[in-house]
Amino acid sequence: MANKTPLYEAHLQAGAKMVDFHGWDMPLNYGSQIEEHNAVRTDSGVFDVSHMTIVDVAGREAKAFLRYLLANDVAKLSIEGKAQYSSMLNEKGGVIDDLIVYYFNDESYRLVVNSATRDKDMNWINSVASSFQVDITEQSELAMIALQGPKAEDKLKLILSEDDFALVKGMKPFLSQQVNDLFIATTGYTGEKGYEIVVAADKVEALWNDLLHVGVQPSGLAARDTLRLEAGMNLYGQDMDESITPLSANMEWSVAFEPQERDFVGRSALEAKKEAGYEKLVGLVMKDKGVLRHGQKVIVEGGEGIITSGTFSPTLGFSIAMARVPKPFGETAEVEMRKKLVKVSVVKPAFVRNGKSVL
Amino acid sequence: MSNIPAELKYAATHEWVRNEGDGTFTIGISEHAQDLLGDMVFVELPDVGDKVAAGDDIAVAESVKAASDIYAPIGGEVVAINEELEDAPETVNNDPYGDGWLFRIKADDASEVDSLLDADGYQAVIDEE
Repeated sequence: MANKTPLYEAHLQAGAKMVDFHGWDMPLNYGSQIEEHNAVRTDSGVFDVSHMTIVDVAGREAKAFLRYLLANDVAKLSIEGKAQYSSMLNEKGGVIDDLIVYYFNDESYRLVVNSATRDKDMNWINSVASSFQVDITEQSELAMIALQGPKAEDKLKLILSEDDFALVKGMKPFLSQQVNDLFIATTGYTGEKGYEIVVAADKVEALWNDLLHVGVQPSGLAARDTLRLEAGMNLYGQDMDESITPLSANMEWSVAFEPQERDFVGRSALEAKKEAGYEKLVGLVMKDKGVLRHGQKVIVEGGEGIITSGTFSPTLGFSIAMARVPKPFGETAEVEMRKKLVKVSVVKPAFVRNGKSVL
Repeated sequence: MSNIPAELKYAATHEWVRNEGDGTFTIGISEHAQDLLGDMVFVELPDVGDKVAAGDDIAVAESVKAASDIYAPIGGEVVAINEELEDAPETVNNDPYGDGWLFRIKADDASEVDSLLDADGYQAVIDEE
């Protein structure tokens, strides 16, 4: 039996085409993934992300534990509610998972990790935690939705009381705030403004329905994938996994090598990689007809690489991809598509932000 | 349930065939096929005048999700293609049995059509997937 989120019935009512996603019955689309994608870029959309795993970390050594567990440094966080993109690495520097950590105080944090990796994540977190005085609590009774798009704030205003809305009005990106029953964070996976909202499982359907009533487009996994790829955001298991370091997954910015004296799992392996050299995750753009796809071979000056994620970009009207390639590489590459070699442009792996091309 | 018009013939590879009564046959993909592929972004069609044999891959339907070959259900000459799909590939999703048609073939041997599936036979193919 597949797991169902508390919004399962609501998805069926909204006409969702349901698919299995790593053991969860999730909506792929509600008719057209391109319409959903465009709604998020130009207005607003809402995603059920209740399958994701919420883990609260509390205790006297919470900060020390997370400084050792995570590649980014939680010591950089000092404002209550501040969020940070981070990752957990193994001893070889491979990515066990990427995640968001929310800071409440030095003894209280919240992690949001992927659903597909839930079991190994929980095993890893608990095994590392055994050397620290911390309590690890998986919040399986909580649900989560993502309200995303340039009109997200307008829509949120319509469904909250005036006093509640005042608490989150104009909130900058990567912050969070508890507003009565709702934990509201300005985070997301689309490259648009918006929110991720955590709420008790028995209250999420009312929240979902409120958003649909004010014209927010229910949006599925298919649109979520094209939106995150346009935004240059990685998908775990596809763009990186335990055999790939953050250096080769365009995540170097989220690894804190300073201060030098902070040890974290995987640090020495990453430092050795930096000395030895490593592959890079780049963006590819193809304006000719056709679509770049996951798994296609990429040829650059330094040798052969591979497309980790590829799609047609609904916002740009042509195909984009992320690819891992050896150095050196130039401004163009060749991709093997349907037995032909096709020339593509090599760019930074970010294509669309706030509704506009960044190419 | 997928819409499978009774007046059409079908290939197990999800193409439909409509007899135009003048020796030509119009071909498209079924509603079930467009639903599986999802939002269409490119349709690559054969050229008018191409000679094709039954089973040749002669077109490609490319959706956001995947590229799928389309096979000639019967042999003959391509006498028309749906040029509207160049600018509006989503027509294949919105009207797969009407404006979303792909190409028209003048059959070499019209009896080839008799060996294709009827609506019930095609339904059975879908049920087995």
